[in-house]
Amino acid sequence: MTTTARRTPEPGTWLGIPAFPEAAKAELANDQQRGNLRHATTTIRAKRVTRASEVDDWEDLRTAAAQIKDRVARHLDDYLIQAEKAMTEAGITVHWARDAADANAIVADIAKAKGVDEVVKIKSMVTQEIDLNEHLEAEGIAAWETDLAELIVQLGHDLPSHILVPAIHRNRTEVREIFAREMGLYGRPAPENITDEPAELAEAARLHLREKFLRAKMAVSGGNFIVADTGTLVIVESEGNGRMCLTLPETLVSVVGIEKVLPSLQDLEVFLKLLPRSSTGERMNPYTSFWTGVTPGDGPQDLHVILLDNGRTNVLADPEGRAALRCIRCSACLNICPVYERVGGHAYGSPYPGPIGAILGPQLRGLEGENERALPFASTLCGACNDVCPVKIPFTDILVHLRHKAVEHKTAHHPTGEQALMKGAAWVMADGSHLATVQTGSRLAGRIFKNRWLGKMPIPLAGRWLRARDVEAPPTQTFRQWWKKNQGDHR
Amino acid sequence: MSAREDVLQLIRRATADVTERNPDVDVPVEWTYGRALPTADVIADFVEKVEDYKAAVRRCPEVGAAETIIEALSALDARSVVVPDGLPDAWVQALSGAGFELHRDEPVLSHAQLNSIDAVLTTAAVGMADSGTIALDHGDGQGRRALTLLPDRHIVVVREDQVVSDVPEGMARLAPALRARRPVTWLSGGSATSDIELSRVEGVHGPRHLSVVLVAGAQ
Repeated sequence: MTTTARRTPEPGTWLGIPAFPEAAKAELANDQQRGNLRHATTTIRAKRVTRASEVDDWEDLRTAAAQIKDRVARHLDDYLIQAEKAMTEAGITVHWARDAADANAIVADIAKAKGVDEVVKIKSMVTQEIDLNEHLEAEGIAAWETDLAELIVQLGHDLPSHILVPAIHRNRTEVREIFAREMGLYGRPAPENITDEPAELAEAARLHLREKFLRAKMAVSGGNFIVADTGTLVIVESEGNGRMCLTLPETLVSVVGIEKVLPSLQDLEVFLKLLPRSSTGERMNPYTSFWTGVTPGDGPQDLHVILLDNGRTNVLADPEGRAALRCIRCSACLNICPVYERVGGHAYGSPYPGPIGAILGPQLRGLEGENERALPFASTLCGACNDVCPVKIPFTDILVHLRHKAVEHKTAHHPTGEQALMKGAAWVMADGSHLATVQTGSRLAGRIFKNRWLGKMPIPLAGRWLRARDVEAPPTQTFRQWWKKNQGDHR
Repeated sequence: MSAREDVLQLIRRATADVTERNPDVDVPVEWTYGRALPTADVIADFVEKVEDYKAAVRRCPEVGAAETIIEALSALDARSVVVPDGLPDAWVQALSGAGFELHRDEPVLSHAQLNSIDAVLTTAAVGMADSGTIALDHGDGQGRRALTLLPDRHIVVVREDQVVSDVPEGMARLAPALRARRPVTWLSGGSATSDIELSRVEGVHGPRHLSVVLVAGAQ
């Protein structure tokens, strides 16, 4: 096999990232990242609170959003068939994909049929989830990220670490270095003496990307919402890179998770009030695009939508975990999470980090992997995510539910020391005479230690526990003996 | 079996616990759609919220519209302007008289041409006060989507009777255009990013300057 030169920067890889507890340890040692994250999450938390508290009926909105999303999930087949019909009538070619391989192959086939060797991309979580860029690269098609943060990640050979601002772990100095080093390798270089001012860096990105926008023949997007009754697609964004991709190329392929459907146009009012205030802490994001099929003479004349499952039906199948599909990817749960704030996104081992990643990952991908089984424990269960979630996902309930499943999965394969201990304890507690037998041993130990406190001990299991604790010696007399002696008289 | 049949079958199996076939009965939604906000002065609220995005707002009577548009263009140093079909003739004549270089989208302007033009002048469909959002339905005077995207400055004329209190009322006004399969674009200030250290930078890819001319009275 011959290796050909890559067309796009080689990205980092999720493969080989250890399970959360170990990955978190390494990330915690990264002072720079912790500093960057603390600054960013503190800023955005404050903005979200301000904007949410401006809306008098905020809680009613959250309730309505949760109800609409539940309605969609419980009747998903009907709404998808309705959406497919409406989109098809509006001139969109609708495709269905069981998994990442299906979806990637459909995108690559469309590109090949069009004879294009590059596509411009709107930031989308779903294409991260299916690793579309790497699949296209392998097929000889360059995929260019056009969102500023995604561009920083792509040029930095990095991985995203946040749903909304994937380069949140980088500061301005790091961004300047990446732009100065890499931009010229893939197009227009950064200006010679570029500083680390965000405005200058954004300008460099504007110029670097504009030549790609102007020549692009095909774009790939995700989608925030699909309206079932009209077949309207909605994308919310800030920079205008989305509008560029949705408007300028001749062909547009939108990969959309099956849970993104909303029943009708009027439902958009609920989500378009909740989403920007919850995610960026703005009253409204700068740009929102709505399109309903092909508009002759305006925008792409060849539109495709890929409806993707990729594990979403696994989530749907668990009535207790199903609410995770309400997620509108606002990332408020990440920004409030004390665990995320300290370890960052990479430790979660997938593009979905933070509380939503901890409940979505194990459900989408199943509990076979060690990483997925560790994720439900990547939380303190403080519940702050429950409170900020605009669609009222009961994060902590789902985390506890998944912990239960993870433990069951583990013990079904390997009974643990803890289980052996519990089995022993069950025998002891089953009968008073069993207890008395065991207590003979503990009385003996009490006499040996003579009220000295127990410290470190070279005993397996107990040794590890005693490393951080001092314990009183066992009593030399059991409660039953004490009772007989002191209370027996008063009967 | 096709991917479509596979996915639909998985969905049906996953929702086997749902016995009520009518979605509205199965999960009632406790929300009154399309409600207005009890805003005391909707126009003042709209101006305040739009200005909060650092967009310039100029208010004028109907007779002063052309003059105010020229003022807005000059303030942004724009000399060449795209004028979509359907703009009032009076405005176009005034611009032409004032020496602006006018471009019509007929024959269709290329992306490269649009990219080199300073500004675009359009009307709007709806203004939403509470969020400071302006909606285009790309009808008369608003042009196709690329026109308001590539030039660096966008002057948008909104009539006061187009301004509603909030997003729900705005959605209700836009529903007919959406049902007619017209594209709709919402603008809330100019292009912006917060991707570097979450500090807001105005202007990335879309027009870096949004200038609003708010014309008094109804049409």
